[in-house]
Amino acid sequence: MTDTTPADVGFAPPAEVEEVELYHAKSWITKYVFSQDAKVIAIQYSATAIAVGMVGLVLSWLMRLQLGFPETFSFIDAADYYQFITMHGMIMVIYLLTALFLGGFGNYLIPLMIGARDMVFPYMNMLSYWVYLLAVLLLMASYFVPGGPTGAGWTLYPPQSILPGTPGHEWGIILMLVSLVLFIVGFTMGGLNYVVTVLQARTRGMTLMRLPLTVWGIFIATILALLAFPALLVGGVMLLLDRVLSTSFFMPSIVLMGESLDYGGGTPILFQHLFWFFGHPEVYIVGLPAFGIVSDLLSVHARRNIFGYRMMVWALIAIGGLSFVVWAHHMYVSGMNPYFGFFFATTTLIIAVPTALKVYNWVLTLWRGNIRLTIPMLFAIGFIFTFINGGITGLFLGNVVVDVPLSDTMFVVAHFHMVMGVAPLLVIFGAIYHWYPKITGRMLNETLGQFHFWITFVGAYSIFFPLHYLGFLGVPRRYYEIGETAFIPASAQSLNAFVTVVTLIVGFAQLVFFYNLFRSLTKGEPAGDNPWQATTLEWQTSETPPGHGNFGDELPVVYRWAYDYSVPGAVDDFIPQNKAPDETTGRSEPT
Amino acid sequence: MAIAIVVVLLIVGSTVFHFMSPWWFTPLASNWGSIDDTIMLTFWITGVVLIAINLFMAYAIWRYRYQKDRRAEYEPENKKLEGWLIGLTTLGVVAMLAPGLIVWADFVTVPEDAHVFEVMGQQWQWSYRYPGRDGILGTTDNKYVDFDNPFGIKPDDPYGQDDILVQSDEVHVPIDQPVKVLLRSLDVLHDFYVPNFRAKMDLVPGLITYFWFTPTKIGSYEVLCAELCGQGHYAMRGIVVVDEQIEFEAWLAEQPTFAQSMALARAPGTDGQEQTASAQSVASISADYKISDEQLNLLNAYLDSSLE
Repeated sequence: MTDTTPADVGFAPPAEVEEVELYHAKSWITKYVFSQDAKVIAIQYSATAIAVGMVGLVLSWLMRLQLGFPETFSFIDAADYYQFITMHGMIMVIYLLTALFLGGFGNYLIPLMIGARDMVFPYMNMLSYWVYLLAVLLLMASYFVPGGPTGAGWTLYPPQSILPGTPGHEWGIILMLVSLVLFIVGFTMGGLNYVVTVLQARTRGMTLMRLPLTVWGIFIATILALLAFPALLVGGVMLLLDRVLSTSFFMPSIVLMGESLDYGGGTPILFQHLFWFFGHPEVYIVGLPAFGIVSDLLSVHARRNIFGYRMMVWALIAIGGLSFVVWAHHMYVSGMNPYFGFFFATTTLIIAVPTALKVYNWVLTLWRGNIRLTIPMLFAIGFIFTFINGGITGLFLGNVVVDVPLSDTMFVVAHFHMVMGVAPLLVIFGAIYHWYPKITGRMLNETLGQFHFWITFVGAYSIFFPLHYLGFLGVPRRYYEIGETAFIPASAQSLNAFVTVVTLIVGFAQLVFFYNLFRSLTKGEPAGDNPWQATTLEWQTSETPPGHGNFGDELPVVYRWAYDYSVPGAVDDFIPQNKAPDETTGRSEPT
Repeated sequence: MAIAIVVVLLIVGSTVFHFMSPWWFTPLASNWGSIDDTIMLTFWITGVVLIAINLFMAYAIWRYRYQKDRRAEYEPENKKLEGWLIGLTTLGVVAMLAPGLIVWADFVTVPEDAHVFEVMGQQWQWSYRYPGRDGILGTTDNKYVDFDNPFGIKPDDPYGQDDILVQSDEVHVPIDQPVKVLLRSLDVLHDFYVPNFRAKMDLVPGLITYFWFTPTKIGSYEVLCAELCGQGHYAMRGIVVVDEQIEFEAWLAEQPTFAQSMALARAPGTDGQEQTASAQSVASISADYKISDEQLNLLNAYLDSSLE
């Protein structure tokens, strides 16, 4: 093989920015509650996101109960069902995945992995979390207002989202929109922080092309989010005005149940453009951190450098850029000018190229590796499998004419759950098993982890794979019940019942995971500083868990990229990034 | 090791599932076989890729499982291999996209001889309107919608008088004639979706959207609303019946015209007005709609028979 190691191995350029005085907490409250330490904020973000994610999980059980066993559960009526799907979708996409990847993993890993003592704006970082918490509380409050939460679908398409006929049109929709606005405000404070920290606070020698892919993934995703969320913000505020002040941004003249409403002149499709201008990048806001993290999991546990690092970075950037010019593939049958279809189908399918390259490079990282089948590795493999499946069905939905019969069917539900639900969640689980030892100093239990992995991986696939076929058949999504429909055979109902049973099993397997999380806090085996023998800086801290300021007295100096695994001639099969060339007999000796 | 076996089993299982599945596309009843072909093309290309990558991964996991005394190969990148993979992927993408765009060009090009009918959606029902003998749908506006005029047709628009109103969730279309479906909603978004025709399109209040198809198989097909439209979304159903020409005409003849239904609403005995209006509108067939002579005769025939 050709020698294509980055040419600058061993060279550590001077730091770009001088070290600044850290904020030091003065009391228990400022240390653990109103904390400005990114690690504490990360845990606050994660705990809140996982808690609200549990609500989302329970909602999915309820909706599956209805679909699997219609007319069995009298406590679920159509309005309830639509509230379940709406809250489930919004919670999972925004309040769980976005918050956990960026607020959780971003806060914990960025400073540690780039060799910084903290985020550059610690006070804003703290504020970011508290505004996020307020957004979550407002969202949850919608269960306690007259009419309950909104049932408009997570896309909140007007006119129906603000009209009677949709559950929660009284207060639920208002709380949802205000909560989203707050989420965006909170996220923007955190997001600016992550970007500036990556750009300005890297330690000496940590060039951009030496960053671990985890940081690259979170970094690009954050930039996407900073550019995409404003579209949702303005869309949300305009919809709020339509609802509260009876403006007509999105409201044409409407005759509702025989009554003429006081709206006129607006266009509902404008909202869809704003929503998806945010909504499509959102897929990658969740996806890119997962891509980055899984790259590192594969590399560490296969004891092999990530294959094609530079292409992996460029692929992240390309996917991020392209994600802003594909939004209308969610709107092929929305009634927009049909000629847009040519453009958006083309851009959408182009994205398949860098994405496929990432998949190839993950698999090629395993090839000729020395694969340790640890729990994080199992989840990473599970991710690749799930992601290939979900990515491939994206080629159906992106190709405009293929989308026409499939859009708004269960095929879409199966596709996006596979690609942006299950796949990122598998990465999150893998990442938690991987970094839990650094965060707590203890290992998670292996046996419980095996149990959790197998049920989750095989179960989730069994849930969503068959749903594609209901979509082929033509079963629409967002149906409270299918009822009597001639072309839908009775066997479809049996399939739905099967899927529901598996959903409940997979759901309960998550309780084992939570039990493991709590049990291992005190009973887990001590992890040591670097249990996985990884190269990146977070594993080279002098204390585990890392103390205030992360790295003790001296910041590490970086001499190499993050993937010096199994370097020929080196003593160990990994060389930490902060190991100077003269400390090893490995590849980094200048020749 | 188990993971390599499970990956293989899942791939085998998915393939078996595919061939055994009783859940597949409904029998095609329109001209959009080309959409089905594009789907199958996509299916086979992506299916092969899915199987190939996963089997390769399973093999790699088994072949390079952990051994204490072995080291992984250090190989930061391989530009040639990456170049090939990018090239092949691009080819695959083009092979799916190009046919897709060609079919899409068909989809957005409505044949000139397509006849027209309108689908109107409201929470949570469908109704339909045919242009009547003149081949032109009367102007509508939400401000005219009331109990007597549920379609909101402008009362003094001559083109509207002979419009044929179908206030039922069942509509008929003649076989083998291209039809342009105009879609209109009174309240919120809906989506007119007939699985057997493959085509679907949203109804957007404030806009008139459209799609076209040619029904090719006699039968009765279910319409489902495919855009969340509130609490009753799942119950918003309809029927499209594809008829032979003769039966279609007979069905159409049974439906009232706008003028008739308004007359009925006002008072009995005002049919004369309506006939005059229809005659005028037939005389002024607009070139915009490019109705063929044959169709014009057909439409005249409907109207005549409906007036008898």
